[in-house]
Amino acid sequence: MNNIGQAIHLKKEILVRIIKAFLSDNFEKNTRLIPFDMRPKGIEVPYRCCVYKERAIIKDRTIAGLGFPIEEDDETVSLSDYAKQALERTEINNRHLTVLQAACKGCATNRIYVTDLCQGCVARPCQSVCKFGAVSIQNGKSVIDNEKCKKCQMCVKVCPYKAIVKISVPCEDSCPVGAVKKDQTGFANIDYEKCINCGKCISACPFGAVHEKSQIIDILKAMKSDKKVIAMIAPSVVGQFPGNIYQLKTAMINAGFDDVYEVAQGADITANTEAKEFTERMDEGQKFMTTSCCAGYNQLIKKHLPEIKPFVSDTKTPLYYTAEIVKKDFPDSVTVFISPCVAKRAECYENENINYVMSFEEMGALFIAKQIEITACEQTNFVKECSKQARRFGITGGVAESVKSSLNDETIIKPHIINGLNKESIKELKTIAKCGECSNGCNIVEVMCCEGGCIGGNATINNLKTSQKLIDSFADSSEDIKKIG
Amino acid sequence: MEKISVKVCTGTTCFVMGGANLQELHDLIPRKYGDKVEVSGSPCLGLCSINWEYSKAPYVKVNEAVVNEATVEKVLAEIDKQIGNN
Ligand code: FES
Repeated sequence: MNNIGQAIHLKKEILVRIIKAFLSDNFEKNTRLIPFDMRPKGIEVPYRCCVYKERAIIKDRTIAGLGFPIEEDDETVSLSDYAKQALERTEINNRHLTVLQAACKGCATNRIYVTDLCQGCVARPCQSVCKFGAVSIQNGKSVIDNEKCKKCQMCVKVCPYKAIVKISVPCEDSCPVGAVKKDQTGFANIDYEKCINCGKCISACPFGAVHEKSQIIDILKAMKSDKKVIAMIAPSVVGQFPGNIYQLKTAMINAGFDDVYEVAQGADITANTEAKEFTERMDEGQKFMTTSCCAGYNQLIKKHLPEIKPFVSDTKTPLYYTAEIVKKDFPDSVTVFISPCVAKRAECYENENINYVMSFEEMGALFIAKQIEITACEQTNFVKECSKQARRFGITGGVAESVKSSLNDETIIKPHIINGLNKESIKELKTIAKCGECSNGCNIVEVMCCEGGCIGGNATINNLKTSQKLIDSFADSSEDIKKIG
Repeated sequence: MEKISVKVCTGTTCFVMGGANLQELHDLIPRKYGDKVEVSGSPCLGLCSINWEYSKAPYVKVNEAVVNEATVEKVLAEIDKQIGNN
C-alpha cells in the first residue's frame, strides 16, 4: 500500500473509533483512549520515531474527526475535553479544511535544487538562461540563490545533464489556485480567502496531513435527538459501497437515518431547467453558457473568475432542489448531504435547507462502527425514480449530456468539457470568459473540478474506473429523462 | 496440483477500508495464472469483527492463508509463494 493509501486507512480507522466511542457508554473517556488503543504500550511503531509521536499525531487527527481545527490546538486540551466540546457545539463554521502540521515535517520546501549530477560544465547554460541572476558558480558547481530564484525552471530545462530539479511540495503543486503554501517554518498553511475547497491537497499529500473537519458528531447527535434526520445521497454514491442503492438505503436507515433521497431527483430538475435556460440564452444571442453544479467550480467563479459570471447558468444545483423537496416533505428535519468531496461543505454551509455533510468515507466508517452488512440488507425503494441522465451527473460529461437530452432539438448544443480544474484549465476558462465565446464554437461549457467528475472527489472510496462502470450499468437500467415527469 | 483459491472479501468493512480497489484482481489473476488460480468475491469473511481487527482490513484469503491490509501486490506475492511451495 502506498503512503497515501495508508494515510487514508488511518483516517478512516480513526473515524470508526470516534463513532464507536460516541455509541459507547462513555464517549469522552473512550475518545481520550483512541491514541492509546491504536498504539498500545510496547507496540512496534509503524511510521514514526516513537510511540509518543505516533499517539500525538493520532490525537491531532482525532481532533479533526471531532470537527475542530488542528492548527489551533495548543496540546493542553485533552481529547475528552474536545469530545465534550463537540457534544456541546450547536454550530459549525465555514472553514472545512485543517492541516496536521506535524506531518509537514517530512516534506522539503518547494525550490529549485542543483543535484550532485552537476558537472560544472564550461557552457553553464543554467547561469546564462537565468533572468534573475540566481545561479552562481561556487567551487566549480552551480548554486541557486533562493532569495533571487523565481522558480521559473528555465535552468531545469536547459541543463544538458538534467542535474537541476524542482523539489515539489505535493499540496502546493496540487492546488489550482495557489491557496496552499508551505511557510518559512516549513508548515503548510491554507489561505481561506483563496481556497475553493476543492480537496485536491487532501488527495495529494502523501502524509495525509490535510483533513476535512468532520461533522460526524453533530450528525450522530441529531440522530439521537427526536428530530427526523434525512439523508440525500449524491449520484456518485453508486459503486462506492457494496450492494445496490436500494440496499444502501436500507443500510442507511439501519445506521440511523429516517429516510433517504437520491439527489439525482434534483438533477432531473436541474437538467430540465438548465435546458430551458440554455435555449433562452442562445435565443438572446449569447455565445455560450457554462454549468453551475460543481461546488468547487462555483467557488472558483466567486473567488477567482468573476468575469465568467454573465455566462454562468442561474439554474440551481441538484442538491439545492433536492433539499427543497426534503424540507417540504419534512419541515422540521435535519438534512444531511452524503458527499464525494469537501467542496460541497461550502455549498451546504450557504444553503439553509441543508444542515450537515457526511462524506462517503465517513458514511463507510459509520457502517463499520455499526457493523452493517449492506449486501445482507433488503432493498427499499425510493419514492421517486430518477432518470438515466440524472444518475450519470457525477461523471464528467454527464451534466452537459443531460441538458442535451432534455432539449427538444438536441442538435443545437455543442458541449465543451473541462475535466478537472488546474492551472491550465483555469487559464483556458479565463480566455473563454474574456472572449465571450469558445474558440472551438462550442456553446455549453461543463466544468468539473475533479478529474473524472464527482467520482474523482477527495472522499470517494472506489477508484474511477470501477465506479464509472458501476454507475453506467445502473444508469442503463434507468428511464430516459424525457420519460421522467 | 490443487487449484489455489483466492477469496476477496467484499463485506462492508473490507470494501470501505480499501477492498474496493482489489476488484482488479478479478481481471488480473486469470490473466496471470490462467486456471491455476481461482478468484472469487466473498461476503464478510468474519475476520473484521474479531476485536478491532477491522483496522487490518481489507482481507483476502489465499487458500487458508489470510492476507491483511491487502493490496494487489501483497495478494500476488502470496499466490506466488504458494505456487512455489506446491
Ligand atoms: S468485511 Fe471483510 S472480513 Fe468482514
